[in-house]
Amino acid sequence: MLRPRIMPCLLLKDGSLVKTVKFDNPSYVGDAVNAIKIFNGKEVDELVLIDISKKDIPFDVIRNITRECFMPLCYGGSVRTIDDMRKLFQLGIEKIIVNTLLFEDRQTVEEAIKLFGSQSIVASVDIKKNFWGKDRIYRHSSKKTVDLTPIEYIKSLEELGVGEILLYSVDRDGTWEGMDTSIIKEVCKRSHLPVISCGGAGEIKDIQDSIISGSSGVALGSMCVYSKKNMGVLIRFPKQNEIDKIIRNYENM
Amino acid sequence: MIGIVDYGMGNVGSVESMINFLGYHKTKLVKSPEELRLVDKIVLPGVGSFDNGMGNIIHSGWLGELHHNVIEKHKPILGICLGMQLLMEKSEEGNQSGLGFVKGECKKFNFSNTSLKVPHMGWNQVKPIKTELCKEDSRFYFVHSYYVECDNKEDIMLETTYGIKFTSGISKDNIFGVQFHPEKSHKYGMKLMENFINL
Repeated sequence: MLRPRIMPCLLLKDGSLVKTVKFDNPSYVGDAVNAIKIFNGKEVDELVLIDISKKDIPFDVIRNITRECFMPLCYGGSVRTIDDMRKLFQLGIEKIIVNTLLFEDRQTVEEAIKLFGSQSIVASVDIKKNFWGKDRIYRHSSKKTVDLTPIEYIKSLEELGVGEILLYSVDRDGTWEGMDTSIIKEVCKRSHLPVISCGGAGEIKDIQDSIISGSSGVALGSMCVYSKKNMGVLIRFPKQNEIDKIIRNYENM
Repeated sequence: MIGIVDYGMGNVGSVESMINFLGYHKTKLVKSPEELRLVDKIVLPGVGSFDNGMGNIIHSGWLGELHHNVIEKHKPILGICLGMQLLMEKSEEGNQSGLGFVKGECKKFNFSNTSLKVPHMGWNQVKPIKTELCKEDSRFYFVHSYYVECDNKEDIMLETTYGIKFTSGISKDNIFGVQFHPEKSHKYGMKLMENFINL
């Protein structure tokens, strides 16, 4: 039996760890390399690292992380070329998250899948409700939604051949209000790709809800870097026995 | 000296980091086939597709040297993920012949039950059938869509269940392979790597 994966999702900006709310207002939460070493010590299932600087890939920071962290690392942010990807894999990154490339240069993504295998390429799918409250795909570059439903978009990604979906709810990001289980359910039902859901988790029960909705993995942002909502920075992770308990609950369903 | 074969197929960095982290500093990234003669153990990592992996092995001239060092000189080799699959004769993923050090082929997971996603990605339980590298039930990190099926049962070292029971590790004399990523599996992976180093 494959265990659902629970993982920190950490944001990097100019070499520091930050946390956003609804993809905006990044606040400083600490030194990235130190934080990641702490998560490595906690033997987390996997770790998602996204650089939101919109500059060059921070290879030095990544090198410092991969030298001492022996867990699956998934990196996204400013990845543009096959050469970028090759460098990241050589440093010990396991999977690469693509987002902007999916809009601007699918040919490179296709080539990457051919070269490195579909399991190495994760498509980040950011979802935001539009003016009429409908779920639509969100683009960072324009900070706007585009007129594509999540299912239409994900079907095109299946065709492209990506290995996994990072399903990110922009509206829930940093809110602690719980995950958007209705969209998670819909996507997991309609797609054969494994889904890591992200955005909104504030307590253990939210993780369980996401797993029950079909997520293969759940990524935690605020819950891993703050002690509580509106409280101070604290690098933390749910205890293994808490995770075991929700996974047991799920397996016994 | 442990040689990590750098044939352009990914995760050499993390394998090297882990071996170094274990305090074993005699590692070498082997970038050209002749250099294999300088090492006494070989790690063949790999992320990517079967034909691409074999293509790189053939075009950069690794085939003869791998054969010489592994089959004639009996140097221990550990294939990881794609590296393990390449040790087999062939794969449903491609048309190229594999190295053929172990008899059998790689098959694609094919489930009618759609709740079982492919690739098989994540942490799963590994059960030792033979205990050379892994002495007790442990959990390891997997990412793969194809699995190895050995012709000879006695080559099966480790087993895992995902929809079906499949071979997650092989061993035959000096030849070892694991489907999962020890270099990404925290202390469980370190233990396995240490056991390989100390063979």
